[in-house]
Amino acid sequence: MPTTAPPPKPSAASERGGSPFADATASDSALRRFLHGLPGVDTVGLEARAASLGTRSVKTTAKAYAIDLAISMIDLTTLEGADTPGKVRALAAKAVNPDPLDRTTPRTAAVCVYPDMARTAVAALSGSGVKVASVATAFPAGRAALDVKLADVRDAVAAGADEIDMVIDRGAFLSGRYLKVYEEIVAVKAECGSARLKVIFETGELSTYDNIRRASWLGMLAGADFVKTSTGKVATNATPANTLLMLEAVRDFREQTGVQVGVKPAGGIRTTKDAIKFLVLVNETAGEDWLDNHWFRFGASSLLNDLLMQRQKLSTGRYSGPDYVTVD
Amino acid sequence: MASAFDYAPAPESRSVVDIAPSYGLFIDGEFTEAADGRVFKTVSPSTEEVLSEVARAGAEDVDRAVKAARKAFEKWSALPGSERAKYLFRIARIIQERSRELAVLETLDNGKPIRETRDADLPLVAAHFFYYAGWADKLDHAGYGANPRPLGVAGQIIPWNFPLLMLAWKIAPALATGNTVVLKPAETTPLSALFFADICRQAGLPRGVVNILPGYGDAGSALVEHPDVNKVAFTGSTAVGKAIARQIAGTDKRATLELGGKGANIVFDDAPIDQAVEGIVTGIFFNQGQVCCAGSRLLVQESVHDEVLHALKRRLSTLRLGDPLDKNTDIGAINSAEQLARISALVETGEAEGAERWSAPCELPSTGYWFAPTLFTGVTQAHTVARDEIFGPVLSVLTFRTPDEAVAKANNSQYGLSAGIWTEKGSRILAVANRLRAGVVWANTFNKFDPTSPFGGYKESGYGREGGRHGLEAYLDV
Amino acid sequence: MSDGRLSVFKTYKLYVGGKFPRSESGRVYEVTDSKGKWLANVPQSSRKDARDAVVAARKAFGGWSGATAYNRGQILYRVAEMLEGRREQFVREVAEAEGLSKSKAASVVDAAIDRWVWYAGWTDKIGQVVGGANPVAGPYLNLSTPEPTGVVTVLAPQESSLLGLVSVVAPVIAAGNTAVVVASADRPLPALSLGEVLATSDLPGGVVNILSGRTAELAAPLASHQDVNGIDLTGAADDADLAKELEAAAADNLKRVRRPQPVDGTDWSADPGTHRLTAFLETKTVWHPTGALGASGSSY
Repeated sequence: MPTTAPPPKPSAASERGGSPFADATASDSALRRFLHGLPGVDTVGLEARAASLGTRSVKTTAKAYAIDLAISMIDLTTLEGADTPGKVRALAAKAVNPDPLDRTTPRTAAVCVYPDMARTAVAALSGSGVKVASVATAFPAGRAALDVKLADVRDAVAAGADEIDMVIDRGAFLSGRYLKVYEEIVAVKAECGSARLKVIFETGELSTYDNIRRASWLGMLAGADFVKTSTGKVATNATPANTLLMLEAVRDFREQTGVQVGVKPAGGIRTTKDAIKFLVLVNETAGEDWLDNHWFRFGASSLLNDLLMQRQKLSTGRYSGPDYVTVD
Repeated sequence: MASAFDYAPAPESRSVVDIAPSYGLFIDGEFTEAADGRVFKTVSPSTEEVLSEVARAGAEDVDRAVKAARKAFEKWSALPGSERAKYLFRIARIIQERSRELAVLETLDNGKPIRETRDADLPLVAAHFFYYAGWADKLDHAGYGANPRPLGVAGQIIPWNFPLLMLAWKIAPALATGNTVVLKPAETTPLSALFFADICRQAGLPRGVVNILPGYGDAGSALVEHPDVNKVAFTGSTAVGKAIARQIAGTDKRATLELGGKGANIVFDDAPIDQAVEGIVTGIFFNQGQVCCAGSRLLVQESVHDEVLHALKRRLSTLRLGDPLDKNTDIGAINSAEQLARISALVETGEAEGAERWSAPCELPSTGYWFAPTLFTGVTQAHTVARDEIFGPVLSVLTFRTPDEAVAKANNSQYGLSAGIWTEKGSRILAVANRLRAGVVWANTFNKFDPTSPFGGYKESGYGREGGRHGLEAYLDV
Repeated sequence: MSDGRLSVFKTYKLYVGGKFPRSESGRVYEVTDSKGKWLANVPQSSRKDARDAVVAARKAFGGWSGATAYNRGQILYRVAEMLEGRREQFVREVAEAEGLSKSKAASVVDAAIDRWVWYAGWTDKIGQVVGGANPVAGPYLNLSTPEPTGVVTVLAPQESSLLGLVSVVAPVIAAGNTAVVVASADRPLPALSLGEVLATSDLPGGVVNILSGRTAELAAPLASHQDVNGIDLTGAADDADLAKELEAAAADNLKRVRRPQPVDGTDWSADPGTHRLTAFLETKTVWHPTGALGASGSSY
């Protein structure tokens, strides 16, 4: 839908060439004042809006569009202690060719692995267009010294990772040391080179929506290319409400700075129905500029097979079954 | 409207409802023609298609219906409360069973989106019957003394904006307390009340306990005037409410009146802005703004005016206006050509008086009655659009500087039905809520309804409360 | 007089906005006792006096309705104290007005004093009795509280000059409303004296305004007054046509109307219940979201 919203107004600060929020990150207290000055979030209202958008009925052609779009947005993920080169190669093959029965199926956006598997993934995906994303910074807990975290990032980048999924220091965030979190993200970003940086907040641990909004702005101010909900390793991962909130944040950030930032909900999104709900959130919150795998991703693994089965149903008219998609 | 992600049409199936070509009046358990044989057509406001031809009640029919209700009153009021309760529980359950059918019917006859009838109207209708069913055998404990008695025959007149929900608000407490009922639905939306008559039959409700008289204002007036009516319950315009209050002056008839409003929705600079925007949208565009408690006056703190307006316009541009049966429609049709004309006239007045109009960019269907979501900025207390109830999807935006000014402006109205407060500061919510002269105050939310929650106005928004324990009082001789 | 001393007559005056004015019209009328003996010339209030009384009542409404219920209770109790102190005066006035024996009049005055005590105790309880939390089906705190309707016109009963008067005025102000009272036309002296009691009871000026005069003349402009929110027609009980006219006029701004009860059936000494207290109360219902403490509990 067209929007009549005025184009983002460059603020005085950005006309000067700096970030309009340069002052906000000048000191710990300035950053705290800025983050705590963001509009509050009413839990019930936010969740009600997310639920309301969840009732959109997406059928036929719209559904076909949404399924292909969702497939193309997946960061096909394996983040297990038991990961092996074989496992990663199988996953890479699936990312490139998700449905062996239907070669028109789009490729996923990326394969997401631990840093030590990045090189394997890069090799397996060479020339496919599918990106390699690597988690880093002592994923998932992020409990390591900064130089260890940075070394982790350097490793992944050196292995050829196109994207780095870092975790923030939730301990620092929750104890109010926002500038520490900010500086860590800035340092990681500096190590990324041309790799795009996704910043994981672990929203389930931040607990409140106010915190999620603050973290989103903190991440964007620090130079995140993507804000990402979670690691997939805690009880609550991506939800429609926390993703909606982050979509509002990237929308507002672009309006105020002109800089577009992507969003990646991760963990817990398993069905086509769920995925479509997230795409509706994107469509009606950030808008169609984000309806592209350059700006929106799903961190998921089992979601892909459900999307494929639904895709088969749409093209054949029959319900599919798990024997008609691949297990990897 | 072209977008990469264009939702394909997702119409709810019309086949779940079977509308007969004609309907009679429901009197004493039977469908019957009007004494003078008059009928009127009810149309679907989104297509102007004639849905059915309905008998039009006149004074003679009112008399017949009141007599039937009087006759039924003796036995009905003498039933143990637990038995009345079970009838109401049956009705609640049948409504739940038939809720999709009723939602589609309501959407067809009223023009409101299926999303609303399915997710708001029908669940609330069933909940209302369920709630009051439970009261029927507990009246001794309701705080009105031991063994409170019903009033007798209740004449009930309901509007077209929430046809079945308003029926529930009227009939459920009346029956629970042992009254019998003659109900007149609005002339543009008679069908769901007639389907409800069928539900009464399915539930085995004794004849004459509920009588339904589709008709116009003349039938409503005859009902109010009827000497054997003990109680008048009316929801509708303030003008008609005043006329009713005059009509019953000097009689023993009790009355509850739920009338107009011009609700102020107050947004402070520390509001949760995204949720406030949703609340503003819900406040004025729910049911196309055809809601007596709509937040039709947005009072926004001057310091955040531009930010809120920008976000609001952006949000309004995503509203989907069109086929009410489409599950993705947010804004349906205006209920009637007459109402559309009224809205249009007031909007013209707003423009003529110099307020700045903005309407959401959406295509209006070529048939049916439609009005694009609209807002006026630069509105002051002196503008007609700040004072008169528009009863349509039109928001008037005013500014204020301080909480005192917000309260003063909010209260500066002959109405006093609803208000909204948006701020993250708890003490401000309480202080402002305390000083608002309105029957329902939504803080950091808007347009929420519940059968346990008393609803009704101050000042010219009427008197009496519907819902909750309070709602019993209107039907008891206490 | 009997003891040879010439007594000092009291000039009875209106009680408006905490002051004791004469009628702006300059009119008075004779008030006699039940046997026709002259008692006093009292002001015959005009529609302008009624208008001034409404202005005073409106001005007082914010402060009185905003006072704590405890404070209102204290003041109402103070009224009882002051009335008790002037018991003998009121016994005489009631006896003269209503033609009662001294002892009967004394029991009426006692009952009137006790009625103030009864309502003094109600101010901080009615909110709990008729309000409360409503268990709505959603993540919301939902509270209903009673609030005063506003400015209420009270047509005091014609017969019961003190107990009846107190029985209709006390509940109106106990609930937080302010009142414009039209005293019994033929028996106004206890009402006008009550004004003196109220003036010395810490009751803010304008909360109760007392007018003497012809009921119909005063009631008509008050019933149609757009800044009056409610009207108690008790004093029109013996005139069904007037009551009907007033009720119809009250419809112009949808005043809350308390219809008159048959005079015969009215026993002012009976347990008053809460009806008069709730007659001029509105119910305000406030919603606020509650929701989960954090985002972590939510999922789809």
